[in-house]
Amino acid sequence: MGLFDFRKNTFKHGVHPPEHKDETNGLAIRQFPFAPVVIIPMAQHIGSPAEIIVREGQEVERGQLLAKATGYVSVPIHAPVSGTIRKIANVPTISGKMSPGIYLEAFPSSSQEILEGTPIDVETASVEEILKGIQDAGIVGLGGAAFPTHVKLKVPEGKHCEVLIINGIECEPYLTTDHRVMLEYGEDIFMGIKYLLKVTGAERAIIGIEANKQDAADYLESIIPEGAPVTVEVVPVKYPQGSEKMLITSLLGREVPSGGLPIDVNVVVVNVATTAEIGRLLPHGRGIQERVITITGPGVKKKGNYLIPVGTPLRYVLDQVGVDEDISEVYMGGPMMGVAVSNLDISIVKGTSGIVVFTHKDVKKQQQIYPCIKCGACVDACPISLNPSKLGILAKVEEYDVMAENYNLLDCFECGSCSYVCPSHIPLVQYFRLSKSIVRKRISAKQKAEHAK
Amino acid sequence: MRNVVWAMLPVALFSVYSFGLSALLVLITSTASCVITEHFLCRYSKKQSTVSDWSAVISGLLLGLTLPPGFPLWMTFAGGVIAMSLGKYIFGGLGYNVFNPALVGRAVLQAAFPVAITTWYPSFLENRFSSLPSSTFTFPFMEPVVDGVAGATPLSAFKFDHVTTDTMELALGQISGSTGETCAVLIILGGLYLIARNMMNWRIPVAVLGSAYLFSGLMYLVDPQVYPSPMFMLFSGGLMLGAVFMATDMVASPITPLGAVIYGTIIGLLVIIIRIWGGLPEGVMYAILLANAISPHIDNMIRPRVYGTSKRLSRS
Repeated sequence: MGLFDFRKNTFKHGVHPPEHKDETNGLAIRQFPFAPVVIIPMAQHIGSPAEIIVREGQEVERGQLLAKATGYVSVPIHAPVSGTIRKIANVPTISGKMSPGIYLEAFPSSSQEILEGTPIDVETASVEEILKGIQDAGIVGLGGAAFPTHVKLKVPEGKHCEVLIINGIECEPYLTTDHRVMLEYGEDIFMGIKYLLKVTGAERAIIGIEANKQDAADYLESIIPEGAPVTVEVVPVKYPQGSEKMLITSLLGREVPSGGLPIDVNVVVVNVATTAEIGRLLPHGRGIQERVITITGPGVKKKGNYLIPVGTPLRYVLDQVGVDEDISEVYMGGPMMGVAVSNLDISIVKGTSGIVVFTHKDVKKQQQIYPCIKCGACVDACPISLNPSKLGILAKVEEYDVMAENYNLLDCFECGSCSYVCPSHIPLVQYFRLSKSIVRKRISAKQKAEHAK
Repeated sequence: MRNVVWAMLPVALFSVYSFGLSALLVLITSTASCVITEHFLCRYSKKQSTVSDWSAVISGLLLGLTLPPGFPLWMTFAGGVIAMSLGKYIFGGLGYNVFNPALVGRAVLQAAFPVAITTWYPSFLENRFSSLPSSTFTFPFMEPVVDGVAGATPLSAFKFDHVTTDTMELALGQISGSTGETCAVLIILGGLYLIARNMMNWRIPVAVLGSAYLFSGLMYLVDPQVYPSPMFMLFSGGLMLGAVFMATDMVASPITPLGAVIYGTIIGLLVIIIRIWGGLPEGVMYAILLANAISPHIDNMIRPRVYGTSKRLSRS
């Protein structure tokens, strides 16, 4: 730091979509009512689905284990409400695939006390015990990826974690859950950081916050516990600042190598809401049953930040907040990286960070897609300096291998900046999502074939 | 893309003002020709018509602006047909053309009708709004009869008679030349408008003009008696029009910032080389077409370093 520090405190390129955060960032988190029946899919995290350990007709208490983890990259699922298991059957999920699931009918007028498990004391527990505790609590990345957190926290043999980054960026337009969590769950966040520092062995932690949440940064800064090696750093507002790689570059000036993980540059990044959840659940040995979700968008009547039980049907949520007659699109997550749902019969899952509803008025008519004129807007937007124009042309002619081998397709993390700026309305990021999954399938098929030899 | 048309409109209006009816007819014919050709090609290939995206209008206007006033209208029309068919459609239409379509049209016209395309009329003739040069309505497939009033462009005056023209006259368009190349000031304003609207890569015109200025300045320093001043080079002929409206064709120019600078520099150098040592007085068209041809190779070689990798060049 000093006179010769040319670090810009942010990453290259990126875009500035309208934020629309003012509509909900002043609204405190409120408890959402319990739906009469919650529908809980077993596949709601990355990795293998949880295995159901209850049977139809059984009565369960809120916080009781419903399904156990199957393997290392998997987490258990806890009952979000006290009630009766009505049915065990396949349920729809946001990806369009069906998943084994549980229909749980809530007891009317139950006090919904939460069952407690074995508390994990941050001072006395070992690293392994804390990791196990995080897995047992069913914790996954609440920023949206839903990757099991204990896997991410496990520092591999021979690697060393120097800095723990708590990701409070929330660069996705419309969403304000992390903002509210930082303003309201400050104590939990610092408790969570305590666990995380111990687990990763990091020397210090940085809470990274975008400049549009200065109030949260000021508040967290004011309550840093005495002697805790934690700093709060504010970075410029720019999408996709909240992506792990971009945030590491902005805060530390390091670049995660292509195909690598943050730990390769001695960093572990954890979302701020995930951190708060760890700090809230572990001291009581509880499992995750609910999460904070921003419900907003021009089609919503009662916008806000709600604490919603996992498994609450999307249709029930929309009924409760009230939506316009002519809703056109419902996004889970934000409009940039979220998914427009094709089926309102899905449920809230652990990875749901927001629900954004647009009406027909707001969604422009299916815009005509023009050919790429190589204007270069996408090249100027791509935060990792890919050439989306060339990749898009290659995708259209199905040259997936060329895309991966010569144009770094697999480095794309699907932030959607290219599609956002494209004047020809080419759905570039959709092309890349598809191309990536095809390339991945080809690679794994090849590996299997080689294995068989 | 309509904005490109708005940016070119003052240039086109000035050319009508300075050259009169003959320029107006050339511009209308070239634009109509391109639009009609595009329409029929789309219909023939059973694609949705792409006339509404304005790209054919741009090509047509550009072609017209590079032709001399009084250019036979049937030749103008043929140029538009060639621009759209050979310059654009044969490659797959908008977005796939390797060369700037308008320049392809002009290159064919230059090769086919070398006399007609280098017959220039002086600007601001008294009767420019009341009468037309006889060449305008030359019967199709006939060569025009050249009127006695034809005037030399500043570049040909320099090349063949070694007479230079004052830079102010060049900048304000008090000269003869192609319909759209005479008023440098309006061209620059149009370019600034597009740059302000973020619809033009400013690096290309800057690199073209910068490298042309530096290279011709170097030659001027070597021998001011033989070589013209760099200011004369910048403001004469089609360089300004080419640098601002032709070289910047997004489809036919590199996509990365560094690539754009290299591409522009090559154009600037080629223009000066052709002008000084070539057999023709003007070289902007060929310089841009050559640079168009190497643009895909520039894109292939110049790639920004991808985040998290150390290789600057591609693996292939």
